[in-house]
Amino acid sequence: MRHIISILLENESGALSRVAGLFSARGYNIESLAVAPTDDPSLSRMTIVTSGTEEIIEQIVKQLNKLIDVVKLADMTEGAHIERELMLIKLRAEAEQREEIKRLVDIFRGRVVDVTTETYTVELTGDSDKLDAFINAIGKMQIIEVVRSGSIGIARNGNSLVL
Amino acid sequence: MELTGAEIFVEALKREKVEYVFGYPGGAVLHIYDALYKQEDVQHIMVRHEQAATHAADGYARASGKPGVVLVTSGPGATNAVTGIATAYMDSIPLVVITGQVPTNLIGVDAFQEVDAVGITRPCVKHNFLVKDVKDLALTMKKAFYVATTGRPGPVVVDIPKDVTANKAEFDYPETISMRSYSPVVPVDLSLVETAVDYLLQAKRPMIYAGGGVILDNAAEELIELTRLLGFPVTHTLMGLGGYPATDDKFIGMLGMHGTYEANLGMHNCDVLLAVGARFDDRVTGNVDKFCPTAKIVHIDVDPSSISKNVKVDVALIGHVSVFLRELIKGLKARKQKPDPEALAEWWKQINEWRSMDCLKYDRDSERIKPQYVLETLYRITQGEAFVTSDVGQHQMWAAQFYKFNKPRRWINSGGLGTMGFGLPAAMGVQLAYPNDTVVCVTGEGSIQMCIQELSTIKQYGLPIKVVNLNNGYLGMVRQWQEFFYQRRYAMSYMESLPDFVKLAESYGHAGILVTKPDEVEAALQEAMEINDRAVFLNFITDPEENVYPMIPAGGGQNEMILV
Ligand SMILES: Cc1ncc(C[n+]2csc(CCOP(=O)(O)OP(=O)(O)O)c2C)c(N)n1
Repeated sequence: MRHIISILLENESGALSRVAGLFSARGYNIESLAVAPTDDPSLSRMTIVTSGTEEIIEQIVKQLNKLIDVVKLADMTEGAHIERELMLIKLRAEAEQREEIKRLVDIFRGRVVDVTTETYTVELTGDSDKLDAFINAIGKMQIIEVVRSGSIGIARNGNSLVL
Repeated sequence: MELTGAEIFVEALKREKVEYVFGYPGGAVLHIYDALYKQEDVQHIMVRHEQAATHAADGYARASGKPGVVLVTSGPGATNAVTGIATAYMDSIPLVVITGQVPTNLIGVDAFQEVDAVGITRPCVKHNFLVKDVKDLALTMKKAFYVATTGRPGPVVVDIPKDVTANKAEFDYPETISMRSYSPVVPVDLSLVETAVDYLLQAKRPMIYAGGGVILDNAAEELIELTRLLGFPVTHTLMGLGGYPATDDKFIGMLGMHGTYEANLGMHNCDVLLAVGARFDDRVTGNVDKFCPTAKIVHIDVDPSSISKNVKVDVALIGHVSVFLRELIKGLKARKQKPDPEALAEWWKQINEWRSMDCLKYDRDSERIKPQYVLETLYRITQGEAFVTSDVGQHQMWAAQFYKFNKPRRWINSGGLGTMGFGLPAAMGVQLAYPNDTVVCVTGEGSIQMCIQELSTIKQYGLPIKVVNLNNGYLGMVRQWQEFFYQRRYAMSYMESLPDFVKLAESYGHAGILVTKPDEVEAALQEAMEINDRAVFLNFITDPEENVYPMIPAGGGQNEMILV
């Protein structure tokens, strides 16, 4: 099953490679990984999307907890949470296609953020499924370039991953 | 007062009460060597290869329970140390390894003798640090010792660029430390102790399976008390030997790939398994799908990630082994109940039946020296009091089977990584920790050649180590597998062009004794024990095609042993 694991990490050089190294050394999947500092500059927050059996996810969580640079972590998938990913996508958009593409972008609540005579660049956020759905809807022929940020997540309600 | 980084480093070692640093100099650590030169509290042991420095520190740590300290230069110094670091990591041995690094302004430009030591060692350390500012050095050293020695112990690398050792900072060494991202003592959850006690009391065919965690946590006494209280049979992993006295009746031998018939069948047939500081390694479990098919498992371990990693357990007691053993003892005493005596008697009857198979038997009338006989005799002559280090191979298994360890920290071997070359340098560390005790390195003609240069170090420091070389002329363990599983195609397992070990030892300034006949074995060992001003190299020419039995072939269940 797909899991979103959020990690508070010491914001130190090498911390990222400890996490990445753990995943490759033990053969765990990483679907995506997003990391940036938090409001506390000594801490980074990392979001890893991974998949595996319950046993593997249990091991991933335990092994991550064992890393000295990991301060705290939570498996977002265990409770209600909000997931978001940002995508920038450059599309072929010639005169006669423009209307159609614009309509699709609106349906997905995206925004055209750059325009040339031949292209649209679209910004879209949502959970990963939504971004996948947009890519499918627009069709391979239309796509020039895709950039995705990897998912980030935050728990709903009072559950917070803070110090 | 401001000190240089090198002086801060040395002061930190003093604060940590470090007796010995095992190391080898080079450009990046010259400031540190200069600072070591100017003091007398910390003694530097000059090895002949950085791998040996790590193994020696490791042997010192295993025998003494104190962290081992290593100092090597950048580049090749660091890479040579990696095998020893990984060896310590696999067996959870506390080491603090200091690697020199090129000056900070040269990091990343492929400078002379630059390697990314932090990157290279990352997967085989508990943690590592690169110290970029001399102001962080003292605190980092404190953290290194703290992380290495607490929780599940392990090696920690501190990479120090040369300029950091020259720059100055105020020396401020904290007495204690806490790190927000590291809490070695998991809050102990006692709620499951009662459940565990229930399991133990209801057991009809119980087993205690105890590993290196008992040794690391100095929990032998607790293990003995609990075992006697319950009257259960107890088996040890390779790493646990000496935790429970091997000569005691309740001990049914080592388990696993070369474990005893009774221990492995006991495991296979038990209904309740108490796993104590053991990690269900594949050399223990064999095929996990066939492992302890009828057992409820209670597992004590300090590392949460060891729980249910390879084998799913029923009750997990996460915390220090000694703590939970004491809780179990307390819980049992409070109940004033005993496990079913009839069931237990029945179970012991079964175990003793398996025992009577005498699975470790060997040909005592052979014309050739049997390695088992050498080890039995060694045990007898040293009255089980020696510290025994070993290398890796058949000789290691025979030492584990035939030397009866009655005390913890006497059996020093590379279990997890299985590092040939470990034995001799490890023996140096042990002998330094216990200068007045007998230290024996049991080895083979293959393994000993991987760190044989240390005979020179041993001479320099006058360490009276006894090397017991079980010379079968083969990489015996490899040959055994080729005999069993490759129709005797002995690819590269014959050791050609061996040196004359006696002359070799003598040329290093040690004593050498060649032993070729069984009836010379005892006298030779006796003679070796008398020599205490240098090392003795005993070269036993043993039966070339002796095998280690029993053996569970890879993928087999614990009840699928090849017997002699
Ligand atoms: C550094 C290293 N290389 C290779 C091996 C694989 N290996 C395991 S046992 C063994 C043979 C050891 O031969 P020897 O030291 O002569 O001991 P014996 O088995 O004959 O007692 C080998 C090559 C290893 N464990 N370590």
